[in-house]
Amino acid sequence: MCGIVGLYLKNDALRPELGRLFRPMLEEMTSRGPDSAGVAIYRDPVAEGSTKYSLAHASGDHDWQALADDIASACAASARARPIDTHAVLISDADEAQVRARLAEHHPDVRLVGSGRSVEIFKETGLPKDVYSRFDLDRAEGSHMIGHTRMATESAVTTAGSHPFATGADLCLVHNGSLSNHNRLREELVRRGLSFQTENDSEVAAAYLTWKIRQGVSLTRALEDALDDLDGFFTFCVGTSEGFAVLRDPIACKHAVLAETDDWVAMATEYRAIATLPDAEQARIWEPRPSTVYSWGDTGLEVDALAGAHGAALENARSGTADNRQAVTRTPH
Amino acid sequence: MHTDDTPRTLPRHSATFDAYTTSEIRRAASTGLYEIRGAGAKRALPHFDDLLFLGASISRYPLEGYRERCGTEVTLGTRFASKPLELKIPITIAGMSFGSLSGQAKEALGRGANAAGTSTTTGDGGMTPEEREHSRLLVYQYLPSRYGMNPDDLRKADAIEIVVGQGAKPGGGGMLLGQKINARVAKMRSLPEGIDQRSACRHPDWTGPDDLEIKILELREITNWEKPVFIKIGGSRPYYDTALAVKSGADVIVLDGMQGGTAATQNVFIEHVGQPTLACIRPAVQALQELDMHRKVQLVVSGGIRNGADVAKALALGADAVSVGTAALIAMGDNDPRFEDEYRALGTTAGAYDAWHEGRDPAGITTQIPELASRLDPIAAGRRLTNYLKVMTLEAQTIARACGKNHVHNLEPEDLCALTVEAAAMARVPLAGTSWVPGT
Amino acid sequence: MNTLDLGTLGLREVNRKLNSLDPGANEREFRIENPMGGHAIACGLTLPLNVAIAGHVGFYCAGMNQQAEVTIHGHAGVGVGENMMSGTVLVKGNASQSAGATAHGGLLVIEGDASSRCGISMKGVDIVVGGSVGHMSAFMAQTGNLVICGDAGEALGDSIYEARLYVRGDIESLGADCVEKEMAPVHLDSLTELLQRAGNKTNPAEFRRFGSARTLYHFDIDHADAY
Repeated sequence: MCGIVGLYLKNDALRPELGRLFRPMLEEMTSRGPDSAGVAIYRDPVAEGSTKYSLAHASGDHDWQALADDIASACAASARARPIDTHAVLISDADEAQVRARLAEHHPDVRLVGSGRSVEIFKETGLPKDVYSRFDLDRAEGSHMIGHTRMATESAVTTAGSHPFATGADLCLVHNGSLSNHNRLREELVRRGLSFQTENDSEVAAAYLTWKIRQGVSLTRALEDALDDLDGFFTFCVGTSEGFAVLRDPIACKHAVLAETDDWVAMATEYRAIATLPDAEQARIWEPRPSTVYSWGDTGLEVDALAGAHGAALENARSGTADNRQAVTRTPH
Repeated sequence: MHTDDTPRTLPRHSATFDAYTTSEIRRAASTGLYEIRGAGAKRALPHFDDLLFLGASISRYPLEGYRERCGTEVTLGTRFASKPLELKIPITIAGMSFGSLSGQAKEALGRGANAAGTSTTTGDGGMTPEEREHSRLLVYQYLPSRYGMNPDDLRKADAIEIVVGQGAKPGGGGMLLGQKINARVAKMRSLPEGIDQRSACRHPDWTGPDDLEIKILELREITNWEKPVFIKIGGSRPYYDTALAVKSGADVIVLDGMQGGTAATQNVFIEHVGQPTLACIRPAVQALQELDMHRKVQLVVSGGIRNGADVAKALALGADAVSVGTAALIAMGDNDPRFEDEYRALGTTAGAYDAWHEGRDPAGITTQIPELASRLDPIAAGRRLTNYLKVMTLEAQTIARACGKNHVHNLEPEDLCALTVEAAAMARVPLAGTSWVPGT
Repeated sequence: MNTLDLGTLGLREVNRKLNSLDPGANEREFRIENPMGGHAIACGLTLPLNVAIAGHVGFYCAGMNQQAEVTIHGHAGVGVGENMMSGTVLVKGNASQSAGATAHGGLLVIEGDASSRCGISMKGVDIVVGGSVGHMSAFMAQTGNLVICGDAGEALGDSIYEARLYVRGDIESLGADCVEKEMAPVHLDSLTELLQRAGNKTNPAEFRRFGSARTLYHFDIDHADAY
């Protein structure tokens, strides 16, 4: 299956170190996931009205400049591309729907891996340490990052099958576990207009969240609904523009651990991935409870959508930095 | 209007609601209990009988019997262990518990396997001193229940077999009913005497191949990295399971198809969950080949292995060895027609007796009742088992020589053809008389 | 006191050193440094050693422990003391899921909280938890004692056999066939002794006892819901 990790820096002074701090977290999870690796890094937010697109191509020498020029002229806007290994980050102030349409029609061999104002997603087959180097992440600066190392269970080891999977603007998902009803759910989501690149169960979970959020539901509510609609074992870490969220299924067999200091909040499938962070020994360490959405960021989650239909109880954060963390427990039926 | 002269159509039984099915409906309605029994899937399934070997011809030359050697030895556990298992024959004895079998039966299995130069395996109940004493090579099962599990026995074992599932019930746990939980069995399993044992279907402290890798690390640390670690899986998703077992760090994979027996489980589980053994082998071998691990991580196939032809065919499809459970019991005397009167008294007949969970086996094998268990002479039964294993080995060698092989491992899929479309598709060999392999 | 630095020696060497001691030797006290959340640390010990681990450990620490006293000065990952046979395992911080899983004997003390499945399938071990335990604790617990000074999560003692549970705080829900039972003097004495052995000063009089209703000991279709 997998290893998942997430790091959110509370202390701005550490932002230049994000990439350096994150590497050992990802590498510690190599034995859990030797097949492929991926990260989503949140950095360098673009101005309002612009969008960043993470793109990937099978070859390492795709003509990204030509693609940027094409987008610029087709959408009558500005566009520039920064290539990194097999990926590129395209920034454009064009209308997003137009850009997506143009990419789909005129650049079908380019995969749209993610989009938003600050997220950049990179993922490839190969050992985590090599994937990390290929995307020059040691020097990366930013506010937060989530990552994934993959041991493919029932689908192929391909780049497209790697996590993180984008689920909306600045939203992406990494998953440890194995769903059991994803095939029917995929069909239903296809009927509702979503498209898929793989047979992967995690891609279905990501698309489910995308679909929910497109309907105007908050991320927290979408994750709560996932407890009803997804069957199987899962620990999710969702990257958001503000930080990350964590959810475990009700049976909660797939391990997860959270840790927090004044400087950072981290999550990982195993503590040893967190052990390398500064002051890890003194950190508050705890396990996320099953069926409970945890999230961190500059602003809290929307809480209004939670009351009512699901009977969810809003639970005040357990001791900790209550101002920027809220936990919601879902009462099981 | 009918008179005695009017021709009538014959009374017609339904193929859907046949005699067996209707009797089962009546039984369920009467008792409110699902049917529990032993043994493996009994219905007709595509199996090795649907494959045939292509013996020597003008293009291929056979080996002479006796003088021209046809090797049968196999080593299990070459990947990581410092002390792999060296077997004289490519047939092992599958895991069967003391508890489901009598002490005498376990001793007989050990004696028989020893004399044939192969291994036996403990079952879901722990290791008995008799079985350790009488088996030169003993594989110790590590199951979800962890009954009787302890580090001393782990260190006394020659290999460790982590059981994820078995062919009779992939996804199910063990089951032993109260009538077989006598004082000794209860003590070994830390259970009260005479109650029904409920067993977990998942391991208590790991779920998934990523966590399994850590569990294997722990077991290797406890046993000083000496012993091969086997992973046993029921035939369900053999391609993915084999790849994941390799990635978790297995030395050997034991793959058990739906014909694989059990001491006791629900009949519905045995007959309707899991794939036929024949369908499991090629996908597992393909996974090994894609990971460049074929012959480096060994594959042991079980579930309905009955004779040397089955052995040879499993090896030809890519297995390194096979394992026998049900066949070993039959060799020792299970379901012998000489007990027919007693089978009738139990409401069954020789060859059909599978109520092993009731523990009243006339042959003394699947029972804990002392008067019945003492009917089995471990020395004589052990000798019968050795005879049977040797015959299977000779049969496999005969076939291999006829195909021109100096070792049974050199048998390959190209030595086979299939009699039916299903068997051709499952075994990925051509339908006889054609070059057609359905599904490829 | 022998100090073993896991960071420089590596897991194999640390465990090898601990498991290849002469039973007659005097070296009994060991300190393992830089555990860094590593797995299978000090597992399979067989001698009455005294091992202190200076920091947080990963999965299966002190697995299958015999006779040794292992103290973890930090938190423990999944399966601490799993299948232990004897001796003592002490976690100063919290323990993750499946603490003491299938353990046959000895004493497992967790001063903080334990997570889900604490004491799952326990087969004779005594477990004393200073804090709370998570869901499915004492699942299929066969025999032994589990003492919980804090609260218990959902489905406590589901499918329990003969193990005894003592709980001081609140229980989210009881599992199949697990019921409250009378606290007779013999149980109170047993609980008192368990708390004492664990160095825990909680008042035994504040606990309630739970165990098997024994209705699942023989299959009955009317109890099918419980399976």
